Parts: sequence; structure tokens; C-alpha cells
Amino acid sequence: MFLEVKNIETYYDKIKILNGISFSLEEGRITAILGNNGAGKTTTLNSIMGLLDDQPEKGTILFQDKPIHRMDTHKIVSLGIAYVPEGREVFEELTVRENLMVGAYLRRDTKAVAGDLEHMFDYFPILRKRIKQLAGTLSGGEQQMLAIARALMSRPKLIIMDEPSLGLSPLLVREIFGIIEKINRDGITILLVEQNAQMTFRVAHTVYIMENGRFVMNGPAEELKDNADVKEFYLGVREIESLKGYQRYKRKRTWK
Amino acid sequence: MITQLLINSLVAGSIYALIALAMNLIYKASEIPNFAQGEMSMFSTYITFLLLTTFGYPFSIALTGTLLFAFLLGFIFEFLFIRRAKEPNLLGFIIITLGFQLVLFGLAGWKFGSDQRTFSLPFSETEILIRTESFVLTEHNLASIIIAIFVMAGLYILLNHTKLGLAMRASQQNVKAAKFNGIPTDRILGISFGISSVVGAIAGILVAPVATLDPTMMWDPLIKGFAAAVLGSLESLPGAVIGGLLLGLVENLFGYYVSLEFKSIVAFGIIMLVLFVRPSGLFQKHYIRKV
Ligand SMILES: Nc1ncnc2c1ncn2[C@@H]1O[C@H](COP(=O)(O)OP(=O)(O)OP(=O)(O)O)[C@@H](O)[C@H]1O
Ligand SMILES: [Mg+2]
Repeated sequence: MFLEVKNIETYYDKIKILNGISFSLEEGRITAILGNNGAGKTTTLNSIMGLLDDQPEKGTILFQDKPIHRMDTHKIVSLGIAYVPEGREVFEELTVRENLMVGAYLRRDTKAVAGDLEHMFDYFPILRKRIKQLAGTLSGGEQQMLAIARALMSRPKLIIMDEPSLGLSPLLVREIFGIIEKINRDGITILLVEQNAQMTFRVAHTVYIMENGRFVMNGPAEELKDNADVKEFYLGVREIESLKGYQRYKRKRTWK
Repeated sequence: MITQLLINSLVAGSIYALIALAMNLIYKASEIPNFAQGEMSMFSTYITFLLLTTFGYPFSIALTGTLLFAFLLGFIFEFLFIRRAKEPNLLGFIIITLGFQLVLFGLAGWKFGSDQRTFSLPFSETEILIRTESFVLTEHNLASIIIAIFVMAGLYILLNHTKLGLAMRASQQNVKAAKFNGIPTDRILGISFGISSVVGAIAGILVAPVATLDPTMMWDPLIKGFAAAVLGSLESLPGAVIGGLLLGLVENLFGYYVSLEFKSIVAFGIIMLVLFVRPSGLFQKHYIRKV
């Protein structure tokens, strides 16, 4: 397996947030995690990236068969994993160009870095116009593009993205998902956390559904999107009204 | 007379600016006001003295040795003490720096004695370079100004035109984001402490010939440098430089026109004034730091 997460448990102080979750990524694919607010998606990603001190408390994470749990974040990154975090987290007081150069921090091939910079501006033409601008002055959509471009600058094997469509207009959301597919076609494996189920089912190959710190369902996107619960609770599709026209009782989730 | 005042202001201001820069380098990287800064400078200056006087090395070697020592002192201070503190608050950090200050002070008194020593540098404060009717300029005056300019230019280039500088600025702004971009932020913080210590050591070497070398030599300059940093904003390196120069000027004008005896309360007055009027200093950054 490309990335394999086995039974991880993550705590904030004494509160257990992740209840022993397991999942795996196939190389070259887009795997998505869907879940409501507070389900533990960001916590899962932060646990993988080694951003939480001394967490995960239990469990193992293997990247290309090498254990990476509790490793220093910069060492995890050096194995070829890049992160596009929730809320973008661009360096606000650095220029667009400098932000991209930070993305290439671990690289030694200066010439190729310069080439990749150009490549990013082809990917995201809007960034070329803003090259000398401070990232803090970019619009939300531009910052999201920058965060993705910054991640690409490390030439990763795997990109982990946390709600890249958050707070963007429908048009931009579609553009971002288009970019995600394009990156994937270029051979980069993607782990995508989202709340936008519609778009996610359109691009992802495999989908996991998370609630309260555990996975309640998973499977190929094609199959899962026809599941009745997924339809109602994530895709917002209602079942046919009852014959008498009465309001039906709220549907119970069958996985509980 | 006014020319002389300006020269004196510029010399004092350059030294205050260096100390303020040293403080700000650490403050920007970690939000820690490093109260051990002065003693770190003092200790490094003793190393210069040892290498020059006791071992009889030429100045160039003594200086290189000192700067190397100063870098390691800062780096090791961060590595041994600052990094060990798990989720400390500001008070905890302040106590760590005060503790380190006491350790260095005690060590210096024990190792080097507390008698005042003089030591001679290639630029002496008694050798007069230019004497006119209205002013005198000593070697030490000129050297202080030139060295300060070199250090400032060096820091500017380091921060804005090198990969290390970029990593330092990225880590200052957002540690978490720096980490997931592959920057070893702990090591970068240690290096920031080392660089700060080097800048402080240079200030110490410039102070020593005027103040004579003893373990308390940096007490007064440190307060001044701290006032300069507060005045210009602890968050801004150009602010530190301008704060230093302004303080040098105000202090010398005050000493000449108002009272020489009370010259040293100017720094304290400025700290209070800034805290009342504009606590973030004159050169506060536009962006609010993300916590
Ligand atoms: N730093 C923290 N300290 C304590 N509890 C936290 C912390 N961060 C998150 N939590 C809690 O952990 C749980 C999971 O949070 P997490 O951010 O992983 O959710 P999420 O699935 O990413 O939600 P969203 O879709 O809103 O981003 C929540 O109940 C949250 O309150
Ligand atoms: Mg989240």
C-alpha cells in the first residue's frame, strides 16, 4: 500500500478524538474523506503530517512501507508528502514568489526549481500577475491556488488536501476540483478531505465517510454514491415522498 | 557643537541599534524578550579579551573565534533550555532567560574576576582621526558606525536574499506552515538565537573599550537597546535600527540641553512613553500574527 494508516488514536489533552481509525491509499488515485464538522478529518490529516505533539497516541502509519508516525514533520515532508491545510495557511507577509520558494525548501536542484516556478504560473496564471504581491493581500481563491502551488513545488508523491473548496464561489470550486484531477493525472496520489460531497464523488476514486472519529463506510466512489444513506445525508437527495403525501419521519441512518 | 552631538548620537545609536537588532531577531522568531542578551554579549566580549590578551592572537583571529563562540552560545542556549520547555508561557520563557543571565554573570565573575579590565582594539577610542574646531572623530567612533552598517547590511541580505533567511522569515510568520513545507523549525530557531548572539557580541566588542570590561558592562547598554527595540517595535528589524538611532539622538540632546546626570533616565522615560502611547512601537507590522 502507498499510505497505510492502522488503528490510530489521537487525543487532544485527555479527549480521544480519533477512535482507532484505519484506511489506506492506492498509488496514483484520489482517495477522499467526507464527514461533517468536527468529525475528526483535520485531526486525521494533522496526525499523518506529524503536526500534533506526541500524537497519534496509538497505531501506525506507513508511507511506502516505512513507518512515519510521530516522525518530525519536516522528515515526513522529505519523503514526498505535501500538505494543503485547512484555511490555506499561506505566509501572509511573504510574496507569492517567496511562498512558492518555501514550498521548494527541501529541494537542492535549483535549476529545476526555477523551471517548476514557471510551470506553476502556467497551472495558475493568476499567480503570475501577483508574483511580487504579499500573499496576505490575495483573495481567498488566489490564496487557495497559492497553497496548492506551494505544495506542488516540493514535487511530492502524495498531496494531502484539507477542504480546498472551503469558502469559494461555485465557479472556483469547480476550477479547484479540475486542478485536483489534473494534478492526479500527472501522477500524484491525492488524499482529499471535503464537505462538498457532490464534487468529491465526481473526482474521487475511493471515498471514506467519517463520523465522530471513526469511519462508518467506505468503498469505490461509484458504488458509494448510490447508497441510500450517503444519498440522503451527504448528497442531499431525498427519497420519494410517501404515498399519502405525509412528511416522512426523519430517516434513521442504517450504519448507526 | 551640534556636529559633535550628532556624531555622539550616531555612535551611541549604532550600538543601541545592534543590541535592539539582537533582541528583535529572537523576539520575532519566538516572542521571547531575551533578558540574557546583555550577559551573552558580555561573555562573548570576554572571549575576545582572552584570545587577544591572554593568548596573544591577532585581532582577526580573536574576532573570528569570538563570533564563532557567540553563535554556539546562542544556538546551545536555545537547544538546551528554550527547546526543552514544553508548552511554556511567556513568564516561563522570561524566567529561563533571566536564569541564563544569572548563570553567565556568575560564571564571568568566577572565571574572569570582577575587576575592570581594559583591552585594546585596532580601533582605539583615544586615537583621533579628525579634529576640527567643531568636533573630534575618534577611530572608535568611525569603526562603530561602519561596523553597525556592515552588520545591518549583512542581516538584510541574509534575511531577504538567502534560503536560510527565507526559512527564518517563514518560521517567524507561521511555524506550523513552515514545518509542513519541510523546514526544520527547531533548528532554524536555534540558528536565529545564534545569529542574534553574534550581533550582540559585536555590540559588546564595541561597548567594551568605552565602558571597560567587567561583568556588569552590558547592563546599561542592554536597557538602552531594549528601549530602542520597544521604541521601534519588537517585531521590526528596521524599527530596531531607527529606534536605536532615535534613542541615541534624544539621549544626547537631553544630556546636552537638559541634564547630563539624568541622561540615563531617558531610556526608561522612552520605554514608559511608548508603553503609554503606542505599545506596539513606531514600526508595527500591518498583519496580525497568527497564533
Ligand atoms: N486543538 C484542539 N484542542 C481540542 N480539541 C480540538 C482541537 N482541534 C480540534 N478539536 C476537536 O476535535 C474534534 C475534531 O476536530 P477536527 O478539526 O478534526 O474536525 P473536522 O472533521 O476537520 O471538522 P471541520 O469539517 O469542521 O473542519 C472536534 O470535536 C474539535 O472540537
Ligand atoms: Mg477540518
